[in-house]
Amino acid sequence: MHRKVIIIGSGPAGLTAAVYAARANLEPLVFEGSQPGGQLTITTDVENFPGFPDGIMGPELIEHMRKQAVRFGATCEYKTVDRVDLLSSPFTIWVKDKKYTADTIIISTGASARLLGLDSEKELMGYGVSACATCDGFFFKEKEVLVVGGGDSAAEEAIFLTKFASKVTIIHRRDELRASKIMQDRVFDHKRIEIMWNSSLDDISGTKDSGVTGAMIKDTVSGDTKKISCDGVFMAIGHIPNTSVFKGQLDLDDKGYIITKPDSTYTNIPGVFACGDVQDQTYRQAVTAAGTGCMSAIDAERWLEEN
Amino acid sequence: MAENVIEFNDQNFDSDVLEAGTPVLVDFWAVWCGPCKAIAPIVEEIANDYNGKVKVGKMDVDRNNQVAMRYGIRSIPTLLVFNNGEVVDQVIGNVGKESIESMLNKALS
Repeated sequence: MHRKVIIIGSGPAGLTAAVYAARANLEPLVFEGSQPGGQLTITTDVENFPGFPDGIMGPELIEHMRKQAVRFGATCEYKTVDRVDLLSSPFTIWVKDKKYTADTIIISTGASARLLGLDSEKELMGYGVSACATCDGFFFKEKEVLVVGGGDSAAEEAIFLTKFASKVTIIHRRDELRASKIMQDRVFDHKRIEIMWNSSLDDISGTKDSGVTGAMIKDTVSGDTKKISCDGVFMAIGHIPNTSVFKGQLDLDDKGYIITKPDSTYTNIPGVFACGDVQDQTYRQAVTAAGTGCMSAIDAERWLEEN
Repeated sequence: MAENVIEFNDQNFDSDVLEAGTPVLVDFWAVWCGPCKAIAPIVEEIANDYNGKVKVGKMDVDRNNQVAMRYGIRSIPTLLVFNNGEVVDQVIGNVGKESIESMLNKALS
């Protein structure tokens, strides 16, 4: 199957690109990927997206965007891209063994929660280990949980989890939080949140049957370790861009983000554009993702006219 | 659209899931769960594709916490595949249609 525009990723960047490309009669095809809707689908209230004075639920906002794109002729498919060839034109994309070609590709694959990389973390993910407090907090009513991290998202998750958990302990490597002042104040003032400073999570104990039962915490100053008991562990240690499928073909920075040319969404390959969190480690907002998504569709449309 | 997706609950679970004559896919979800909303249309598609072969249904964990507790659900969406009253397969999170299909095809084979 051949398309003028294929969009990889379905968060606010990809869907805004789809709205614009569809309105330009480019009939874009959107591969929604393994987390359709992206990170907005694991948030609750979005209070800072312009146009919604009372806030809107993340998943609902995404649903609106998808409907808007489809209304103008975009096709959205629940498929995940396995392999790409961006080195010859037309570009080729494989979903399993099925091949698609495109004149232009817009990459909006976003970023995913970073994990520590422990075997126990992987083993117990979904069994007490979580990267999404809004999704899983409910299952920790009157339980004791840890939040690993020290930024805004760690503070937000900790505060959210106090709705359910009897005790929330933030495990943070340093002796101060990176979170914004307002979030820090909310954390410090909260009776059920404790902070373990200069601490790192070294291991998680538990089984799939029992769930998480405890964690090994290391003092980053003295190097001493101690075991504490807990029922859940929530990871909030930042994000990593979803670019593994493009490695070796697109220019990425040392953290794996796609490098775009200043004031545009152009990548190093003409005809391939990138928008949203996959190329942004500074702003990372729904509205900035949507903004660069719009830019990428306009860039693609002009590029198609000229080539 | 969702006519092939059954609503399971704590009351009908044993008779409708454990004693079913076919494999059953149960989607544990809640209204406040974003990834659950994202996976819902995929579950609906699966229900239509496997109509007659696999029973497909949803279980709202907010209103039915007994079954969710019995199976140790700690994260949603969790999809469990039951066959002859036993859990034969499961996935956690929004895994994509192909992963669900491969679970069901294995249960049917």
